[in-house]
Amino acid sequence: MTELPGSRHSAFQVLSGMLSLPAGARVGIGPGLAALVLVAIVVASICAPLYVPHDPLAMDAMARLRPPSSEHLLGTDPYGRDIFSRVMTGGRVSLLIGVGAAIVSVTVGLAIGLVAGFFRTVDGIVMRIMDSLMAIPAILLAIALVALNGPSLGSVIIAITVPEVPRVVRLVRSVVLSAREEPYVEAAIALGSSMPKILLQHLMPNTLAPLIVQGTYICASAILIEAILSFLGAGVSTEIPTWGNIMAEGRSYFQIKPGLIFWPGLLLSLCILCINLLGDTARDLLDPRMKKREG
Amino acid sequence: MIAYILKRLLATIPVLLIVAIFVFLLLRLTPGDPAAILAGDAATPAQLERIRDRLGLNDPLHVQFFTWFGQMLQGDLGTSLISNTDVVDMVAARLGPTINIALMTIVISVLLAVPMGVIAAWRHRTWIDVAVMSFSVLGFSVPVFVIGYILIQIFAIELRWVPVQGYAAPTDGVGAFFSRAILPSLTLATIYIALIARMTRASMLEVLGEDYVRTARAKGVRENVVLFRHALRNAAVPILTIIGTGFALLISGVVVTESVFNIPGIGRLTVDAILARDYPVIQAMILLTAGIYVMVNLVVDVSYSFFDPRIRY
Repeated sequence: MTELPGSRHSAFQVLSGMLSLPAGARVGIGPGLAALVLVAIVVASICAPLYVPHDPLAMDAMARLRPPSSEHLLGTDPYGRDIFSRVMTGGRVSLLIGVGAAIVSVTVGLAIGLVAGFFRTVDGIVMRIMDSLMAIPAILLAIALVALNGPSLGSVIIAITVPEVPRVVRLVRSVVLSAREEPYVEAAIALGSSMPKILLQHLMPNTLAPLIVQGTYICASAILIEAILSFLGAGVSTEIPTWGNIMAEGRSYFQIKPGLIFWPGLLLSLCILCINLLGDTARDLLDPRMKKREG
Repeated sequence: MIAYILKRLLATIPVLLIVAIFVFLLLRLTPGDPAAILAGDAATPAQLERIRDRLGLNDPLHVQFFTWFGQMLQGDLGTSLISNTDVVDMVAARLGPTINIALMTIVISVLLAVPMGVIAAWRHRTWIDVAVMSFSVLGFSVPVFVIGYILIQIFAIELRWVPVQGYAAPTDGVGAFFSRAILPSLTLATIYIALIARMTRASMLEVLGEDYVRTARAKGVRENVVLFRHALRNAAVPILTIIGTGFALLISGVVVTESVFNIPGIGRLTVDAILARDYPVIQAMILLTAGIYVMVNLVVDVSYSFFDPRIRY
């Protein structure tokens, strides 16, 4: 079997495009700063158990709702737990859900999108199903899925993934639809390459660049949706601190202890802001046409 | 035009049908027995069996689906498992607050976001442009409820301009309505403004480089006429599209905002129903919101030709 270099080459181009900047591309100070802040938040969250002064789950009935002090940097919550320790530890699960949901959505969406884009026979049915899924508001679908499957980490990731998949499928399908008309794909079909090989080796590399961009956006929106799910009482079990959970518990104490919502809210917003900025930068670098459009 | 609208209406039928099947299966195939919820903890197996029989839960799946679907087509969405009231009545009673807040949000968003986007594009690469884009990126990054609590903290607790929470219908007095509806509407509007302003700016930037804009300026047309009559009209289609697709964000936002501000609308109704596993209400609400979403986008598609006469159906 003759090897067709075309698709290999484009995959290589994609990766090199990611790592080294194309000629003329200018990246301001913004994305660098965003990356720095994001790395700081991620490292601080992962290493939280090493440096937080208190057990984030340890309750103390004698020290409820304390103001910030040297012992409790941000004060304590209604159960006497240290807010600083909880907020720093809470980032771990929130970030895990973000990354997990992005990976699962992109993988599942990629598989469905490749098949839908290449085989005309399934395309119609699959896309009608995707249109229908997109018509259901993401939050409602996600709450329903968590309420029905139980408040575990896995079910929250699935609940966030299901509404995101149709968007990924649409993206992959549109790329595949145009790529399958390319000569190298026709040549691969004519040479009798196996179907999995055509899909994975010739068509999939075309989808990588837009998928990386889409993945960052999904990661940001997953962290947001986790917070909203917890806030509405349909998130991860309240025994595990997440940014969303801490804010949800702060609801009833908002007027006495606004920090319970503001501190996790600040870290979470900062985190999403950085991910979105990096996503925008990646998009501009990978697709100069969009850069021109957005200015 | 009419033929196009009819064709589009027909095309929504399979979408809504798949939504219906999906919602139906979702609720039937997941663990959790509605009969057990209805009967309470002390129910005997015989009681459970009677309730299952009454609800038709013992019939085969497809029989259940067609029974439910047939009733739905006749406008009968069933009765709530929890409060035992008619679902149509429940939704109707809660629709008012949500519609009022949503309308106010859309008006605020469009009135603020479109000029913001136009000015950002007009003053491209100046501090105004940077400010609008920064607001836009920030609007996407802060959770809706955090925005709500920040607004409550500033305007209700510190400044005491408006009540903290609650809702009053417009019939209770215009002042009472606005003072309670303004914060929820602003909260909801933030992300919508971010979305529309960003799209308006991008779309305007493209149009402002066109020859007819230069011609209009060259023949001395006033700048605001150039911007709003020549350029904005040509930039309208992507803006309208994003207003339509962004409607899903609005529906999601309503659910959260109504919880923050204690508004008795359909968002709260839905969350409470889902958490209590009130199946008939969940089915009705997901179908209703999906239907609204599809219809809004149909209206948006039809309105293209109003703004851009080159588009004909």
